[in-house]
Amino acid sequence: MHRAAAWLMGACVVTAAVLYVPQFAEAVGRRELVVRVHEICGVLLPVPVLLGLASRAFRADLGRLNRFHPYDRTWLRTALRREREPRPSGKFNAGQKLYAGWIAGAALVMLGTGLLMWFTHLAPIGVRIGSTFVHDWLSLAVGIVIAGHVWMAIGDPVARRGMRTGSVDRPWAKREHPLWEPESDAAPAGEDE
Amino acid sequence: MGRRLVLGMLGLGVAGVASARYVQGGLESFLGAAADKDPTGLTSLLPNGGGFRYYSVTSSVPDRSAADYRLTVDGLVTRPATYTLDALRALPQTRLVRDVQCVTGWRVPGTPFAGVQLSRLLDAAGVRPGAGAVRFTCFDGAYSESLTLEQARRDDVLIALSMQDKPVSHAHGGPVRLYVAPMYFYKSAKWLSGITVTQKVERGFWEERGYDIDAWVGRSNGREDHPTS
Repeated sequence: MHRAAAWLMGACVVTAAVLYVPQFAEAVGRRELVVRVHEICGVLLPVPVLLGLASRAFRADLGRLNRFHPYDRTWLRTALRREREPRPSGKFNAGQKLYAGWIAGAALVMLGTGLLMWFTHLAPIGVRIGSTFVHDWLSLAVGIVIAGHVWMAIGDPVARRGMRTGSVDRPWAKREHPLWEPESDAAPAGEDE
Repeated sequence: MGRRLVLGMLGLGVAGVASARYVQGGLESFLGAAADKDPTGLTSLLPNGGGFRYYSVTSSVPDRSAADYRLTVDGLVTRPATYTLDALRALPQTRLVRDVQCVTGWRVPGTPFAGVQLSRLLDAAGVRPGAGAVRFTCFDGAYSESLTLEQARRDDVLIALSMQDKPVSHAHGGPVRLYVAPMYFYKSAKWLSGITVTQKVERGFWEERGYDIDAWVGRSNGREDHPTS
């Protein structure tokens, strides 16, 4: 799930860089092929999420990501002040919830504007210019935010193992996500991605 | 709340598409000014940071120097010819300063091009009766372009040897490129190596892929840009 989305997103970012940065464009050339790969990966990007909806655990996680509790405000305040404590969180902390919502929305906007740029007959010229504008600038923001996402993951080997194997050890969970256990009592438990 | 975030992004996206035509102009002039003073070159990585974007349809393009560059003129002509770079330089040069408009949206204002008028080479070769078009081929091995004979004889169509008052660099299609001032920039084929006079217009590389053949800026490809020439 996460891996498929990550590969597709990675391919979008790499091909975008090749299309966009003159030095890379000069080194790679083959503009038609790169455009095609970018288009296909972009269109496939929502597919892993849609497939995931078939899984009850996945839907439960979406519910967790969607729900902001009062303690999430505390977590964000602590994080913004760059303090360590207190950072109360369930299975997903407030930062992860914000990231999930933002990147999902951004991906949909990139998909919509990208389709308008791809199938030029769908919209009049004004809308297409606007789409190119949004696609260009949002791609920059998405690139920066994804770099941040990867940076956080690099700093947390246990979380990475959790994404790979589907489970994390209890002391880590108690320390980083103290409200996870009570949350699981209320909602159906689901540990896989 | 998370759902609101997703919908909020979607709303911002729609607002961005709708407001782009008002925001973009200001942003472009601001970034253009910033890029002039930017020693790091980082602004060139920003969208619409001003300047040209490099497009090539092949994986690599060979280098041609003054020593091994050749431009051939053939087809429906009475005197086929081959020009070296020096021979082209020896002909009368014409300099034009116009905006460059790409069909993908970017525009570079006031770019000088200089070179030999195409009509001069056609006259020297002697176009035979029955000819109606000119086909251009490139030493990247893939790109091609076409103009009607009438378009090719315009005085703002150049065999360009210099761009921005410097010899055309390899990245910009040097040592010799076509420059069709009034049309979208894909008509200005880079790495020009062959001029063939033909009976009818044959579609070029991008025209095979859906672009207009008569690519007047502002009057083709579904775009409404301000004309460049």
